[in-house]
Amino acid sequence: MIEGLLTSEATWLHFFIYFALTVLLLFIVLGFVTYAILAERKVMGFMQLRHGPNQVGGRWGLLQTVADVLKLLIKEDAIPRAADKPLFILAPLIAFTPAFMVLAIIPFTDRFQFADIGVGLLYYIAVSGITTVGVVTAGWASNNKYALMGAMRAAAQMISYEIPLVMSVIGVILLTGSMNLNDIVLAQENGWYILWQPIAFIVFFIAAVAELNRVPFDLAEAESELVAGYFVEYTGFRWAFFMLAEYVYMFAMSALITVVFLGGWLPLPYLGFIPGAVWFALKFMVVIFLLIWFRVTFPRIRADQLMEFGWKVLLPVAIANIFLTALLKEWINLF
Amino acid sequence: MIRTEEMLLNVGPQHPSTHGVFRLVIKIDGEMIIDAKPVIGYLHRGTEKIAENLQYTQIIPYTDRLDYLAAMTNNYVLCHAVETMMELDIPERAEYLRIITMELGRIASHLVWWGTYLLDLGATSPFLYAFREREMIINLLNEISGGRLTFNYMRVGGVKWDAPDGWIEKVKAFIPYMREQLAGYGDLVTGNEIFLNRVKGIGQYTKEEAMDYSLSGANLRCTGLAWDLRKSEPYSIYDRFSFEICTADTGDAWGRYQVRIQEIEQSLRILEQAVEQFPETGEVMGKVPKVIKPPKGEAFVRIESPRGEIGCYIASEGKKEPYRLKFRRPSFYNLQILPKLLVGQNMANLIAILGAIDIVLGEVDG
Repeated sequence: MIEGLLTSEATWLHFFIYFALTVLLLFIVLGFVTYAILAERKVMGFMQLRHGPNQVGGRWGLLQTVADVLKLLIKEDAIPRAADKPLFILAPLIAFTPAFMVLAIIPFTDRFQFADIGVGLLYYIAVSGITTVGVVTAGWASNNKYALMGAMRAAAQMISYEIPLVMSVIGVILLTGSMNLNDIVLAQENGWYILWQPIAFIVFFIAAVAELNRVPFDLAEAESELVAGYFVEYTGFRWAFFMLAEYVYMFAMSALITVVFLGGWLPLPYLGFIPGAVWFALKFMVVIFLLIWFRVTFPRIRADQLMEFGWKVLLPVAIANIFLTALLKEWINLF
Repeated sequence: MIRTEEMLLNVGPQHPSTHGVFRLVIKIDGEMIIDAKPVIGYLHRGTEKIAENLQYTQIIPYTDRLDYLAAMTNNYVLCHAVETMMELDIPERAEYLRIITMELGRIASHLVWWGTYLLDLGATSPFLYAFREREMIINLLNEISGGRLTFNYMRVGGVKWDAPDGWIEKVKAFIPYMREQLAGYGDLVTGNEIFLNRVKGIGQYTKEEAMDYSLSGANLRCTGLAWDLRKSEPYSIYDRFSFEICTADTGDAWGRYQVRIQEIEQSLRILEQAVEQFPETGEVMGKVPKVIKPPKGEAFVRIESPRGEIGCYIASEGKKEPYRLKFRRPSFYNLQILPKLLVGQNMANLIAILGAIDIVLGEVDG
């Protein structure tokens, strides 16, 4: 349907339909963020002998996040006197806009995708890198020493992990012969890439957790060391923007992992009667659950160990994987 | 031309990982610490001075508030000092109750350390597991003393309350449960690669340095020196129990971690024997004069608290109040080595080193 719209005549009606669909996606994502936060708190509670939210919105705390967001929105908008005001206001926007931009290229099902561009994978990685600029800006503009340290850590972490992240998907691109996410999904009909590219998957997953700034790589926030890291001076809705960016990225990255390694909307054999959207949601939720599980289990890695791990372990492994994949591809072509 | 500048960073007194109101002024270059200066005294309440105007029994609640994570040992050290001066006999049953409560307190204290230390290192779950077990201990102690943290349980000459019916059985049931949980802790944390990388070789010092700085407790034993007052200079009835002095030979945060975890095990061993030998009947309060007036003179006793050697010095003029009372507070002494350990480390290690020392600010500041 969306493809038809994109190639159809540019009338107002078509524009409004397209616009309505985009708003629909926005609501899906915001709905996800609302309930991902709740799910995270519930799952963590379950793993940590607690109940999690259970007061607002019935015994499952279904309205807890809504209440939290409302509270954040009506909070006083406090900007520290010593802060660099324009940058301080701009930073959350820089951080959260790319998070929504990357959603355009994710193929949720074979029909539901907004921009089917040839360099989809590259686009994702390029755009998501902009968020770090927002984080560094926030740390600098706050004029707070802890925030600055958090921002520096974020910058260093992004450089160290973006590279293995890109390197690990090259294996997938080699096998598919395309950077288009639709092509990548369709190429997995004979087996998901998690089976063909297990090394790439592991490297990608670790790098993705680091990209998302989640435990055990939450150095930029590092509650016990840097208090809250780069957003220590933020309150109210500006703070909410950072949290929103974080959770939208969690959504986007899990979707990307689902698409690239878990076969996107493709069903398991003999279970093709279940719609693709359900399959996508199921795989996606497994990834989200893994991320939450990580958060409950691991202590935080140290900054210098993180660099070492990124450059000395993940990068060589990713490059070796490219080499192996190239050999594999040649070998398949021979027969 | 790149020019770097040192930054003066104020860590605490309101900081999530300084365990109370400890303040540390550090000079950093990037994340590297060049100089560190601890500032203490935010929780100073003048316990020792207040004590000069109080009768001995009235001082006991104040000792609860020194090391509030292991108040039983503090209770004991004061009572022990007064009893030593007055040469009192303590009934058998009271001695056993004291040992049981003190060892329960030791386990609870180490559990808090274990949980908060991992919280410092960024792992959130162990804290909640540790507090589940600690809650059980606190409930036990609450049942016998009426207080959850500040027990005010021991008295000169014995203990205030006898164990309620079935209390010993509850302690007995707790021991195997705790053993099982301890094994679970090992699965969750001790073998974790990230955790090992964070603690191995961090905050290392030698046996000589530890002795020069007068460290005690796990901070001393992690260097390989087997010095535990319960065994080296047995007080109360500790000579009746078989247990080992836990040591490690690394002298780093990892060594301190191992020592504390093993100490929980050894405390369980002591508890096991104590509830086994617990006398069926008997008094819990010895023959003590109505008004406690230690003879003129002075006394110093020291015992092993979860944090190290806690000592109590009393100078008496034969009155109802002490002329001078002084506590040797182990956290205060253990903290002195911190600036030396911090130089050349980064921010993340700062937290790991400070946490491994295991300070309680109530005790540091007195």
